[in-house]
Amino acid sequence: MNEVPITHILFVSTALFFIGMYGLFTRRNMITMLMAIELILNSVNINFIAFNKYLYPEKLDGIFFSIFIITIAAAEAAVAIAIIINLYRSHHSIDVEDAGELKY
Amino acid sequence: MNHYSYIALIPLLPLATFVILGLFGRKYFKSFSGVIGVTALLITALLSLQTAYYYFFIDGKVNGVYQKIIALQYTWLQFSPNVSIDLGIILDPISVMMLVVVSFVSLMVHIFSLGYMKGEERFATYYAFLSLFTFSMLGLVISTNIFQIYMFWELVGVSSYLLIGYYYDKPSAVAASKKAFIVTRFADLGFLIGILILSFYAQTLDFETLITRLTDTQSTYFLGISSATFVGASVLTWGLTLVFIGGAGKSAMFPLHIWLPDAMEGPTPVSALIHAATMVVAGVYLVARLFPIFSVDEFALQIVTYVGLASAFIAAIIACTQTDIKRVLAYSTMSQIGYMMFALGVAKQGGEEGLGYMGSMFHLFTHAFFKSLLFLGAGAVIHLVHSNDMKDMGGLRKLMPITHFSFLIACLAIAGIPPFAGFFSKEEILLAAFNANKLVYGVALFTSGLTAFYMFRLYYSIFWSKEAHVHSHHHGEGTWSMKLPLIILGIMAAVAGFIPFSHFVTTDGAALETHINYAFSAAPVLFGVLGILLATVLYKNANAKPDAVANTFGGLYRSAYRKFYIDELYLFITKKIVFNLIGRPAAWIDKNIVDGCMNLLATITAKISELIKGVQSGKVQNYALYFFGGIVALAVLFIYVWK
Repeated sequence: MNEVPITHILFVSTALFFIGMYGLFTRRNMITMLMAIELILNSVNINFIAFNKYLYPEKLDGIFFSIFIITIAAAEAAVAIAIIINLYRSHHSIDVEDAGELKY
Repeated sequence: MNHYSYIALIPLLPLATFVILGLFGRKYFKSFSGVIGVTALLITALLSLQTAYYYFFIDGKVNGVYQKIIALQYTWLQFSPNVSIDLGIILDPISVMMLVVVSFVSLMVHIFSLGYMKGEERFATYYAFLSLFTFSMLGLVISTNIFQIYMFWELVGVSSYLLIGYYYDKPSAVAASKKAFIVTRFADLGFLIGILILSFYAQTLDFETLITRLTDTQSTYFLGISSATFVGASVLTWGLTLVFIGGAGKSAMFPLHIWLPDAMEGPTPVSALIHAATMVVAGVYLVARLFPIFSVDEFALQIVTYVGLASAFIAAIIACTQTDIKRVLAYSTMSQIGYMMFALGVAKQGGEEGLGYMGSMFHLFTHAFFKSLLFLGAGAVIHLVHSNDMKDMGGLRKLMPITHFSFLIACLAIAGIPPFAGFFSKEEILLAAFNANKLVYGVALFTSGLTAFYMFRLYYSIFWSKEAHVHSHHHGEGTWSMKLPLIILGIMAAVAGFIPFSHFVTTDGAALETHINYAFSAAPVLFGVLGILLATVLYKNANAKPDAVANTFGGLYRSAYRKFYIDELYLFITKKIVFNLIGRPAAWIDKNIVDGCMNLLATITAKISELIKGVQSGKVQNYALYFFGGIVALAVLFIYVWK
């Protein structure tokens, strides 16, 4: 059977990236924005895995990178959620528009 | 020379007293602090006397000539292998003599102050300042190099400032301390430039090396400094004149003398110590220290001579008209320092020609005793009368016999009546002036008559003139701590002249034989006696004659009473000329141009930030959008434009 061509995979990852970007720019809910960021990170992961498999099948560099990114994404989610909880405690809201005290 | 290392204690003990009393005095020692100060200074004075004994009688002399001994030398700041600032102790006849004078007079003043300053709120602070001054002055006289002397020079200036302004709640005292500081500081600017010139050409700061290099007329250093000229005079002359300006400022020489009479606002014992016996002779000491260099430059010596002579004469005239007893004494001090200065000016290096130098140092020595005695006596009088004005005094001889007697001795000494101390030293000065310059001699002779006149005017006004009005709360002559210094100094003023000074202090260190020449002594003594007689006629009993004389002299009297309008002249120059022509334009430039530039910059920055601050909207997603837009733009740039 034929292998899935790389362009299909890149198409999926690009779609995922722009869905994430769209979510990041349009949503005001911080949890949703966090989820959008996870989507962007995962689209990058897919790219890494795809290029690793198609271009350098004998190496594992891309896989290592995606494992790093997954780890860091987990850490980042933990920090972000901690921030969100704190923000909720002080502002009783997780809407980014409500946290504007530091603007000029 | 290791057995000299204890000399370091001489200045360090007063320094320690200053630190201890300055930090803890007011809180823990209070009235006890006077005893601490006196004890420390007693040790200092004894060490100084011992040093003098060792130096003059045991090991200072080599083959009949007194040597310069460097007792301690240590490098303080090393700038480069050739340039360093050292701290050290030099022993030579004048520094040892000054050590004795300073520590002795300071001890007397410390003891006197125990009674005089008793009950003062800031008693401990007073003793702390007094110790600071003593430390600085002792450090000044034992300096081995010109930079060290400059540091201590400024230190005595500061302590003088602190002590003049001791009664800081009195506006006149504050003004006087500021005036003294600013005028001497102004003169010290000349001193500093002079130091830089001399040390630049001689490539050294050390006194001995400096003197060797600049007096050897064959050396490259000497040729360098004397061949370079600036505005018609050689750089050597300029350097020496500038150094002399520093000395003239400290020694209250005309026309930089204006601070000295005002400095009388300080406590009277301070005037006795600083403004009569020690600090004001620092200028004389400086010229004497550099005398070998001065002696190779005729023009600089001429300046020293005529400035000294003018000061001696003008101050004597002003002293005849003042009514504040401390101001009379201040002008008298200025006049006597003028004597010391012109005596240096008419001297030459070496042998018989160096008589003026020896006379100057001798007069410095004797003057320290009788003038501090006069000031302490005036202090005792002021303590009793609570006034500085001679109009409030008179007939005090019965109330204060010891003060009266010691004051009389001091007056006779300063008037140059044998056998009191002043006669001998003034004799040497007049003889030196007679040999060198008849004009100087004539003026000096006349001035010595004036000196006798105004001193006895002062004496009669205080102790005779009219009957004393008895105070209801009369507390007597004062404590023994006040009488004892008067007695000791009285003895010194009477006998100090018999010290064979010319054997110890001369230009080259070799003994100089001096004789009392009766024919020559006749003229100064005659003038002195005439002055005294005139004062007796005018002032012994209250009468109308002094006013009649004042009226006869009219304009001269008034202008002398107003101190020849020199203060007004200074005020005119500073207020009308300096402030208007220099100060105002400078202020305008500062306000409009300098400040304007800065304000313009600030305004521009504020405007720009006002314009662009909208970018920081506080909306996180906007920031993300800008960021993403930037990435896209860069991507486009890298992919399509810079392939």
